[in-house]
Amino acid sequence: MEKKLPQEPARLEIENISVGYNGTPVLQDVTFHIPHGARVAVVGPNGAGKSTLFKALVGLLPLRTGQIFIHEMALGHHLDCVAYVPQRSEVDWKFPVTVSDVVMMGRFGHLNWLQAPGRGDRQVVQTSLQQMGIADLSDRSISDLSGGQQQRVFLARALAQQPHIFLMDEPFTGVDASTQEATLQLLDHLRKQNVTVLISTHDLSLAAARFDAILLLNKRVLAFGPPQEVLTPDNLRQAYGTHVLDMENGTLLVDDCCPPEKDQLHNSHAETQ
Amino acid sequence: MNWLLEPLQYAFMQRGLLAALLVGILCAIMGTYVVIRGMAFLGDAMAHAILPGVAIAYLLQGNLLLGALFAAILIALGIGIFSRGGIIKEDTSIGILFAAALALGVALISSIQTYAVDLSHILFGNVLGVSPSDLWLTAGLGLCILLVVAVNFKQFMVISFDPVLAATLRLPAEVLRNLMLLLLAVTVVVSLQTVGVSLAVALLITPAASAYLLTRRLFPMMLVSALIGAVSSLVGLYLSYYLNIVSGSAIVLTATVIFIMVFLFNTRQGALRHRA
Repeated sequence: MEKKLPQEPARLEIENISVGYNGTPVLQDVTFHIPHGARVAVVGPNGAGKSTLFKALVGLLPLRTGQIFIHEMALGHHLDCVAYVPQRSEVDWKFPVTVSDVVMMGRFGHLNWLQAPGRGDRQVVQTSLQQMGIADLSDRSISDLSGGQQQRVFLARALAQQPHIFLMDEPFTGVDASTQEATLQLLDHLRKQNVTVLISTHDLSLAAARFDAILLLNKRVLAFGPPQEVLTPDNLRQAYGTHVLDMENGTLLVDDCCPPEKDQLHNSHAETQ
Repeated sequence: MNWLLEPLQYAFMQRGLLAALLVGILCAIMGTYVVIRGMAFLGDAMAHAILPGVAIAYLLQGNLLLGALFAAILIALGIGIFSRGGIIKEDTSIGILFAAALALGVALISSIQTYAVDLSHILFGNVLGVSPSDLWLTAGLGLCILLVVAVNFKQFMVISFDPVLAATLRLPAEVLRNLMLLLLAVTVVVSLQTVGVSLAVALLITPAASAYLLTRRLFPMMLVSALIGAVSSLVGLYLSYYLNIVSGSAIVLTATVIFIMVFLFNTRQGALRHRA
């Protein structure tokens, strides 16, 4: 279990993976390589398989075909290398743990089975809480938190894992402005640490402004590269189909609704041709 | 002070008190997991499901605890098999097995001539009939349970709180879940002596539920739960001695009174405080 990790940030290589629940696979034949320390936005319509991709990347869903390599080693060799923040953490919010208890769980991957967290781990937890601006909540019960605060606790926990690859599924959807701001600051912090970041988002303008590369996904990889190369009218029409509206002034409007179980916010993004 | 010491002049009372304390503490600690994981139905089912094991051991004049232990392990595995892969929902498979085992147990016991008395001991416990060897077995099993909980404390917490994190940390969640089921089975068996199969679930969840209301972290919840379990057992046994009522009932009712007090008056989330 105790593999010596290379010091450089992780290179992530996805080779021909197909992933699904039952029946037809959600993702088919997906291949892409993410270089060291890159910041990548995963975009695509609802049901494109963005969450499925992330689940496959952390081993929550088995691969039907293909392989995933991190640091040129197959998935599963790096226990503490990938941190994942799900879209909506399905945990029992009435569970008897405090905020710092939850963040401390991020350290468990670095501890032996019997080992208790030490001073170093507490230090990491403290700085993670500070980074997410929730240090003052550390002794609160998690049942007392607002939705945005809950999200930040899970981001802090992922940060405490000190991952080489950081996966966030829709961190900007349905959260308050201050949590969104804290998340953007976290992105800058991770950039300084040279952590590879993958984020799925519905916000195309944010993806274009803040990310090195965009992965346009709809069951398959439609395009992958720098934002200006990926967000072309042809690609968007291919990805979003009828949800693309051609405006008279040459602007393309992508009208993509958030997943129905979340809030019913309508996100409209304009992309100038 | 005399009324405190008087019952202790009898050896059976001393053993009963020790057994009740051990069981109270053990049940309260495992009960913490039962409460936070929502396994109350499972705990209740398991308690009833050990009845045929007890009955067979009784008929063969073997050790009742060992018979119960064997049955509990079988049931724990059976529930796992029936609900594996989601063919049948877990609570359905628990319900089927639990009713079947209870029926089999009653059928077996009804073939015994003195069955009314024996059945009541099994259903409601007979803490004053604890033999020295039972006490040793209880202590041994209890120590094992505490040891396993201590060793796996972190891991149990993660699989209970966040299965997604457990998966990304590559924890053997399935093994840990079954281990927890096994611990629960053994705990229920141990509790057979003091409260019997029909009330075992109360000893599991009532002190833990009180502790849940009083604390906000897992480890303190366990400690408070253990304390409440021990106090309930002690007070219950004395009540049973002086009021001449069944010990299992006295223990469970004491735990219930404590729960109601905590529910109404605790400062953290007491029902009455909220309205104030």
